[in-house]
Amino acid sequence: MSGTTASLRDRQAAWFRSAFEEFERSLNGETGRPFHQRRREAIAAFADSGFPTTHEEEWRFTDLTPLAGIRFALPAPGVGELPEGLGIPSGLPKGIVLINGGFSPAHSRLPQLPPGCRIESLAQVLARTPGDVEDHFSRTAIQGENPFAALGTAFTRDGLFVSIPPNTVVTEPIVILTAAAGQTSPALLHPRLFVSVGDNSQVSLIQIFAGAPGQQSLTNALCDIVIGDGAVVTYDKIQNEPPEMYHIATIRSRQGRSSTFASTSVTLGGALTRNTITAVLDGDGAEATLNGLYLGTGGRLIDNHTAIDHAKPHCNSYELYKGILAGRSRGVFNGKIFVRKDAQKTDAKQTNKNLILSDDAAIDTKPQLEIYANDVKCTHGATIGQLEEESLFYLRTRGINADDARDLLIYAFASDVIDRIPHPGLRAGLQSMIHDALQKER
Amino acid sequence: MIEIRNLHAAIDGTEILHGIDLTIRTGEVHAIMGPNGSGKSTLAQVLAGREAYDVTEGSVTYQGHDLLGMKPEERAQEGIFLAFQYPIEIPGISNTYFLKAALNAIRKHRGMEELDAMEFLKLVKQKAALMEMDDSLLNRPVNQGFSGGEKKRNEIFQMAMLEPKLAVLDETDSGLDIDALRTVAEGVNRLRNDRNAILLVTHYQRLLNYIVPDVVHVLMDGRIVRSGGKELALELEEKGYDWLREDYHPSEAAH
Repeated sequence: MSGTTASLRDRQAAWFRSAFEEFERSLNGETGRPFHQRRREAIAAFADSGFPTTHEEEWRFTDLTPLAGIRFALPAPGVGELPEGLGIPSGLPKGIVLINGGFSPAHSRLPQLPPGCRIESLAQVLARTPGDVEDHFSRTAIQGENPFAALGTAFTRDGLFVSIPPNTVVTEPIVILTAAAGQTSPALLHPRLFVSVGDNSQVSLIQIFAGAPGQQSLTNALCDIVIGDGAVVTYDKIQNEPPEMYHIATIRSRQGRSSTFASTSVTLGGALTRNTITAVLDGDGAEATLNGLYLGTGGRLIDNHTAIDHAKPHCNSYELYKGILAGRSRGVFNGKIFVRKDAQKTDAKQTNKNLILSDDAAIDTKPQLEIYANDVKCTHGATIGQLEEESLFYLRTRGINADDARDLLIYAFASDVIDRIPHPGLRAGLQSMIHDALQKER
Repeated sequence: MIEIRNLHAAIDGTEILHGIDLTIRTGEVHAIMGPNGSGKSTLAQVLAGREAYDVTEGSVTYQGHDLLGMKPEERAQEGIFLAFQYPIEIPGISNTYFLKAALNAIRKHRGMEELDAMEFLKLVKQKAALMEMDDSLLNRPVNQGFSGGEKKRNEIFQMAMLEPKLAVLDETDSGLDIDALRTVAEGVNRLRNDRNAILLVTHYQRLLNYIVPDVVHVLMDGRIVRSGGKELALELEEKGYDWLREDYHPSEAAH
C-alpha cells in the first residue's frame, strides 16, 4: 500500500514540477522578480509533501485520491468571457470579477472607495510595486504552509490586492465573483486575495465562487487578511461551484489589538470542498467570529477545518458551524482552539450542529482544544440530529404540506448562521439558493 | 360534523383506544374528561393525523369524508385544528412567518387568494387583540422562550387566525393560572359559533366553568364509559373517577 502511495506521490511531484517549469516559461521576464523566489521555494515544499493523504491527521476524513490522478490544465488567468449559468446569489451588487483566478477589468465594477483605498490586480502589484506583497507576507508571518497554500503560492500569477488605509470606512461591500470559466477542463485555478486593512478602518468583503457547469476543475483559493488595530472586517465566502468541481480554500487572518473579524463560510456546491481557516488573534482585546454553513446533497464531501490562535490576552472568539447533510453526502468539522501561555482571559466558544437528513449521510466532528494559559474560558459542543417528527407534525397540523414543512424546518436550522451575515441582499439570495438546493434533493 | 365509530388505535403495538363511538354536530361543544392515561390525548392526536398511531379498527367520517385516509395537512386544510397539550418550539421561524405560511396554505386549498403582507398584518393585529397577545410574541420564534401560559394562548391565537370548523383542544387549561385560563376561555368562547364545533379534552372540570359544553363524555381505559350533560362534569369533580371504574369493571372493584 505504502509503495503505491509513494509512487503516486512521486509521479504527482514530477508532474507538478514539470507543470511549474512550463508555468515559469510563460512568465517571461517575471522570473527575475523577488516574488518568484517565493514561488520556487513553494513548489519545492509542495513537491516534498505532495497532496496530503488520509494518513495525515489534518486530512484523515478527506480522501484526495480522486484528484491525484487528474492532469490539470493551467489556463491563463483573467482571460475569457464570463460563462452562462453561474450560480450567483441574487441581491448582490455587481462587483469585481476574477476569471480563472485573474482580475478581469472588462467584467468588473469597482465599488465607490474613499481616498487612499486600493483594489488592484495582483499581477499589476507584483509588476509595479512588489514590495507591497512582500510587506504583506512579512506581516502575515505565514509559517508551515499547508501543501495547497504552497501550491497556490507556486502558481500565483494574478488575483486581487486590496489595501485600505488607516481611519477609513468603506461603506459599500467589496463583492468578488470568482468564476471558473471552464474553457479548459479540468483546470487548476489559483484565485488569490491579499487584503490589508489599516488601523481603525472598516471594510466588508464578499467572495462568491461559481463556475461554468459541467467542468471538473480544481479551485485552490488563498485569502490572506491582515487587520490593523481597532479595525472591523467581515469576509463572507460563498462556495456555489458546479457539482463536479473540487474546491480547496485556505483563509488566514491576523488581527491587531481591539480589532474585530467576522467571517461566514457557506458551502453549497462542489464535489469536494475543504476550507482551512486560520485566525490569529495577535493583539490584546481582539475578537474573531468564524461561522459556517454547509449543505451536503448528492455525494459531496464538505470539510471545514478551523483554527483560532489566541496569541494575546483578553481576546474573544466565537464559532458557530452548522451542517445539513442529505443524500450520500459527508461532512467534516474540525475546530482547533489554541490558547497560548500569555493569552490570559481568553473567552472562546465553539459550536458545531449537524442535521442529518438521510441514513447514508454522515458527519465527523471534532473539537481540538490546546490550552496553555490558566485563566481562560473555553466551551465547545457538537450535536448531530435529525428533523424532529414532532415538529413536522406540528407544522402539518397547521395546513403546511410535508415537503414545505421539512424545508421550513431545515431553513430554520440554518437561519442563525444566515442571519449573522451583514448584507441583507446576500441573506435573501442565500435563502433562495438553499431553497432551490433542497427542492432538487426532494 | 364528525362521526367516530368503533375507533381502535395503537402505538408501538399497544392498543390505547379500544372502540370509541362519538358524534359531534355542527354548533356543539363536547368535552372529553378522564384520568391520566385514559387515552384522551391519543384520541386528539389520532384525529389530527399523527402517523405514530396506527388505527387498527373503526372509522371516522368528517363532513362526509373518510378522515383517516387524509394526511395531517389535508385535515387542517379541511378545517380541523388541534391545539397541542405541549406546543412545539420551533427556533428560527417567527410566529408570524409560520402563521402566514399556514394561513396561505389553507386559503390556497380553499381556492382563495393568498393574503398580501398588509392584509395579513391587519388580520394578525385584530386576532392578537382578541387573544390579548403581546405584540412581542408575534415576532419571536414559534413558542421559543414562551411561558406555559403564552404557549397555550398562542395555540388559541392560531385557532383564531385559521378559523377551523372542528377545533380539538387538548388540555388547553393545564398549566394556566386563573387569569390566563379566563383569557384563553374567553378567546375560545368568542370563536364559538353555530358553524363550527369544539372538542375539549381536559382532566379537570374547572375549564368547563368558562367554556360550557353541550355534552360531557368520560373516557376510561380507551373507552367512553359515560356521556351526559354539563352536570356530569360537576359530578366527576365531586366524586372523582373511581365510581365509574366500579361501574365499568365491577369484578376489579370487588377487592
